[in-house]
Amino acid sequence: MIKKFDKKDEESGSGSNPFQHLEKSAVLQEARIFNETPINPRRCLHILTKILYILNQGEHFGTTEATEAFFAMTRLFQSNDQTLRRMCYLTIKEMADISEDVIIVTSSLTKDMTGKEDVYRGPAIRALCRITDGTRWYYIHKYMKFYIVYTVFFFFCCFLALRLHHMMKMSYDVVKRWVNEAQEAASSDNIMVQYHGLGLLYHLRKNDRLAVSKMLNKFTKSGLKSPFAYCMLIRIASKLLQESEGGHDSPLFDFIEGCLRNKHEMVVYEAASAIVHLPNCTARELAPAVSVLQLFCSSPKPALRYAAVRTLNKVAMKHPSAVTACNLDLENLITDSNRSIATLAITTLLKTGSESSVDRLMKQISSFVSEISDEFKVVVVQAISALCQKYPRKHSVMMNFLSNMLRDDGGFEYKRAIVDCIISIIEENPESKEVGLAHLCEFIEDCEHTVLATRILHLLGKEGPRTQTPSKYIRFIFNRVVLENEAVRAAAVSALAKFGAQNDDLLPSVLVLLQRCMMDSDDEVRDRSTFYFNVLQQKQKALNAAYIFNGLTVSVPGLEKALHQYTLEPSEKSFDIKTVPLATAPISEQKTEITPVASKQPEKLAPSRQDIFQDQLAAIPEFRGLGPLFKSSDPVQLTEAETEYVVRCVKHMFTDHMVFQLKKNKTFKKKKKKKAPVQTEPGCRDVMLCTCPRRSLLVTSPLTILTNKLLLWFPSSSVSCTFSCTMKFLVRDCDPNTREPDDDGYEDEYVLEDLEVTVSDHIQRVLKPNFAAAWDEVGDDYEKEETFALASVKTLEEAVGNIISFLGMQPCERSDKVPENKNSHTLYLAGVFRGGHDVLARSRLALSDGVTMQVTVRSKEETPVDVILASVG
Amino acid sequence: FDLSSLQEPTLYTVKAVLILDNDGERLFAKYYDDTYPSVKEQKAFEKNIFNKTHRTDSEIALLEGLTVVYKSNIDLYFYVIGSSHENELMLMAVLNCLFDSLSQMLRKNVEKRALMENMEGLFLAVDEIVDGGVILESDPQQVVHRVALRGDDVPLTEQTVSQVCLSSSCQCSNQCVKKTNFFLFNQSHLVIG
Repeated sequence: MIKKFDKKDEESGSGSNPFQHLEKSAVLQEARIFNETPINPRRCLHILTKILYILNQGEHFGTTEATEAFFAMTRLFQSNDQTLRRMCYLTIKEMADISEDVIIVTSSLTKDMTGKEDVYRGPAIRALCRITDGTRWYYIHKYMKFYIVYTVFFFFCCFLALRLHHMMKMSYDVVKRWVNEAQEAASSDNIMVQYHGLGLLYHLRKNDRLAVSKMLNKFTKSGLKSPFAYCMLIRIASKLLQESEGGHDSPLFDFIEGCLRNKHEMVVYEAASAIVHLPNCTARELAPAVSVLQLFCSSPKPALRYAAVRTLNKVAMKHPSAVTACNLDLENLITDSNRSIATLAITTLLKTGSESSVDRLMKQISSFVSEISDEFKVVVVQAISALCQKYPRKHSVMMNFLSNMLRDDGGFEYKRAIVDCIISIIEENPESKEVGLAHLCEFIEDCEHTVLATRILHLLGKEGPRTQTPSKYIRFIFNRVVLENEAVRAAAVSALAKFGAQNDDLLPSVLVLLQRCMMDSDDEVRDRSTFYFNVLQQKQKALNAAYIFNGLTVSVPGLEKALHQYTLEPSEKSFDIKTVPLATAPISEQKTEITPVASKQPEKLAPSRQDIFQDQLAAIPEFRGLGPLFKSSDPVQLTEAETEYVVRCVKHMFTDHMVFQLKKNKTFKKKKKKKAPVQTEPGCRDVMLCTCPRRSLLVTSPLTILTNKLLLWFPSSSVSCTFSCTMKFLVRDCDPNTREPDDDGYEDEYVLEDLEVTVSDHIQRVLKPNFAAAWDEVGDDYEKEETFALASVKTLEEAVGNIISFLGMQPCERSDKVPENKNSHTLYLAGVFRGGHDVLARSRLALSDGVTMQVTVRSKEETPVDVILASVG
Repeated sequence: FDLSSLQEPTLYTVKAVLILDNDGERLFAKYYDDTYPSVKEQKAFEKNIFNKTHRTDSEIALLEGLTVVYKSNIDLYFYVIGSSHENELMLMAVLNCLFDSLSQMLRKNVEKRALMENMEGLFLAVDEIVDGGVILESDPQQVVHRVALRGDDVPLTEQTVSQVCLSSSCQCSNQCVKKTNFFLFNQSHLVIG
């Protein structure tokens, strides 16, 4: 590209831009010549252009001045100058929102629309669409119908009008006619008419899946001319495919795959991208899409290369092996002059390449990382994060690279991605902990993001005390107390307290520091420091464990609700925290999907699934006296997949009761059931069936869910048992027209699979961040130990997985990850037993011929210990 | 889970069309949705876009979660912006159409001075290519034809007329005749003028 800088200088000297430094008021003054007769088209055109230019620059027009200019402009309709008229249309569109009474030009526009001049028609309709409201639209539509049936803009206008004025206002007749017309248009010869026709047709029918699939069927067979319409069709098809969750052997998939052979690159790319984005695609189904993308990689057009490599990058996230065939092409793109393409190519290679190429690629990427935009820097960081999980041995290279990136300038998203990545490396590799913490300490010294600073301080508090030299972190933490805002200061105080609690030799100095914080200007900081100071002064391990290391385990919305309830009903009793439902511990850290899009919505604290259940159950009078909901299990399928009825059961556990919530989805049409209670007969004696009036709901549409809930008294001594279930119901035929069920019906029965209650239903997962402290806190009053041989298990990983899923307890201290090449492992598990008793289990596993397991269980009550050991045996 | 799979198929493709000069100043800007509702945000976005693109001559970038395709010529920078899930080639088609149309209208003289002297042509051309974010036309010939500026502004060579006839011959014959008639009329107008 040649830049003519000299030319620019020369221009700015002569002031060639006639629109520079335009004054709005001056231009509006000039607009008075619109009122002169005869109209001078040339001058008026120039002034109109000036007005549009000023509007375009973002200048604000007041309603009065805009309306004045607008009314003056309407006079220009008297002139027959073409360009002037066209500029009038544009002005109408631009001023539609800022001027009043734009409606007055309707008749002028209608006249142009129905006139003889072809050039006026399209723009006139479009301008008209912009200013008409729903009721007038009906009449205009009649005109349009009459005069210009298939002009290029007709369908576009219908589409616009649909969006602008809500569908409901349109008469049914109009919409129905449009469907017919749009259908004809979609087979039109003009490519844009075809595209807009298809768009309109889909918009009209998108709520009717059957109609959409019929439409697709028709057009995929007949074929289209417009590449734009093809892209639209591919999108509709892929949406339908995803919604139907059907297999990929449907004709829709064949259609998309067929588009890979289209002659337009746009269509080919759209098809490839649609296939890549389909969930659960197999490598074989991906192969043709990947091979066209590979071809695009060597295209001379940067946009095409970019599109291809970006899509390949997405494939590599799920199916790295499918992309390995393109490695050579991707290597060539590393040196691409478009840095976005180069970055995407490298990050894709990082996912597909071998361990040996990592160093080389990292070197390449660090050479230009400062030149790329934040979005891509995040992509790079995420690729590195994925790489660290794949090749843990490379962590020192990565850590170095990340710390350099952390020092560079960058936005919040970028920094957060780096911090996330470093934290995950620290958690995966104990040997990188000290280095990582040092980098993070350096980062918070100069960090403007409160969220990141508090997160890092929390991490320091957790990990720092357990390092070789905890004292070196104290300085970094206390610096925050001196220099930062309230939120960071409070987090720093909490981190300090953790150091004091864990390291006896640091305790005196920590106490001094905390005492200083007690003078802070912020309430929260003062409260925290006073609280921790007093707890630490007691020098009791149990207190430290309960109040410093392992915080509250209740769910925050639940606590809020319970406290609110308590304040509403004053009572003598003090508030019992055991009545608050527990927070469901995150089962595993969700790796966030890698999207280079900056999300603009702030995260909200959504009520958990359990809180929703609690509310639902509390709404039923029979269940009101049961106390807080302890745990709700995941839904259990009681039928095999793809049968006539699908019955699922959620087990809700209360302190002394259990509620089965049965959900039945029916795949039938036409038939309707009035009473369909699922009868559950207890299979073991300890359990009594408590009758509860079953609520029968009348089905109003074929897919409504019938919900039955069943209450059982379930003493805590009984743990596991099996229920056999049968569903009895009355089948009644349904009038297809009125949707009213007939009165007669016949009884029917359906045998379901057995429903099992296991030990994991009684235990809620709870994460203890510091297991050792919690272990000491509970004490050995009810400690029991037993040894088992797990003969059928061959590896430690398998044993760990089995134990966790069987007991339903939360693994602590990341002990669910078994290090490679080891013969023994210790698994720490924590949970709360029904009734609110903490249960901790330590199981030592040894691998010899099969796995030997020694389980030690501690609790403050005897029952849970017995229950767990009995269930394991 | 990828966002694009949840997106509704729609005709709304283009989020914005921008033309900046070589100081990054706005010469033309049209935003079709509320991604940047205020003028301040728009200008900030334009500044960011210009800083990230004016030094490189590659034609595509991802900025603030949006796909930006661009092209520069002498002292003009043309941008077409769409969602990051949009088909990049569709946006390219819009950009190419805009550039080629202007190139024809300005007699291959695509620079700031010529553009500023034909501002009304630019307004009309963009309006013919994209309206409300929906692509109206991707064929520069059609755009130039529809903008149909007065004789002295449009290079009405033999070639363009024949091309127009050729391209419209595939359309319904009725319209083709009308258009050609109009075109001839326009040309005769030129001779008289």
